[in-house]
Amino acid sequence: MSDGAATVTVRIDVMLKDEILDPQGQAVERALPQLGFEGVERVRVGKHIELRVAGGDDLAARVESMAAKLLANPVIETFVWTVERTVEPEGA
Amino acid sequence: MRVPGCSDVSGIVCGVRIGVVQFPGSCDERDAVYALEVCGAEPVTLWHGAADLDGVEAVVVPGGFSFGDYLRCGAIARFSPVMGAVAAFAEAGGAVLGICNGFQVLCEAGLLPGALTRNANLRFVHRAQHVRVERRSAWTRAVAPGTVLALPIKHGEGRYVHDDVAALAAAGQVLLRYCHADGTVDHAANPNGSLAEVAGVTNAAGNVAGLMPHPEHAVDRLLGSTDGRALLGSVP
Repeated sequence: MSDGAATVTVRIDVMLKDEILDPQGQAVERALPQLGFEGVERVRVGKHIELRVAGGDDLAARVESMAAKLLANPVIETFVWTVERTVEPEGA
Repeated sequence: MRVPGCSDVSGIVCGVRIGVVQFPGSCDERDAVYALEVCGAEPVTLWHGAADLDGVEAVVVPGGFSFGDYLRCGAIARFSPVMGAVAAFAEAGGAVLGICNGFQVLCEAGLLPGALTRNANLRFVHRAQHVRVERRSAWTRAVAPGTVLALPIKHGEGRYVHDDVAALAAAGQVLLRYCHADGTVDHAANPNGSLAEVAGVTNAAGNVAGLMPHPEHAVDRLLGSTDGRALLGSVP
């Protein structure tokens, strides 16, 4: 990486906002009791996105920006993300 | 740009050059071109990589599965070079119509309010559908509000959501609502669970419109309804 920052793995979870109907979640919720899993409620289905990107001081700003612009639609979705530091094989 | 001798009957657009955007995965662009020709327009296909609109006087963003509908429908298409030109055209007051996937693209691009989500019943719906015209706009100039149109629908992600749909309606931005043949709007006529039975909306200015039904599939008696001409033929 140009600035010498190690590559990190970022995991982003995108979920429909609570007030948006989630018919996929409802379908899963209806299926679980048929398999004998009782008492399951509020099932929501979302997306999990993983990517590798250069770390650095502006990592948070970059991840927030890519999530807000493309990975999630702020009109209907929210996102949270975590970062996992990894060792870069060809590291400086 | 009028064709000499072209009639001024509503539903006939008479030689207007209208661009039809083509993304990888679009599938209704050829029907849109055909339908616009039937309406008397001069359609021009605009490739997604084009940086300008080739001087067209209106733009149709057609249906299909742009970029495979990956991530979210329309999410990737909205960053195509041509969409930058479409956004500038819309901001300058140009008439833009998004149909089905095109509606999703315009919502993702922020040119239209709200979003389209998975049908409430999780089924891909394909059927003839009645919709009621709620207001005049660039694309409903030739149709009086209250008119009921029969148009095909075919989508899996057409459930319209908006965080304040009552305010949207009060602002006059609801263009079409799902209804019965007699024009009655109720939930039983709603094929996908859209809020307030919304089938189409406009931006605040009224020059950008999006709808889930397909007017471009309804211009020929051979295929049933010709009600699509009323919308596609509206642009002056």
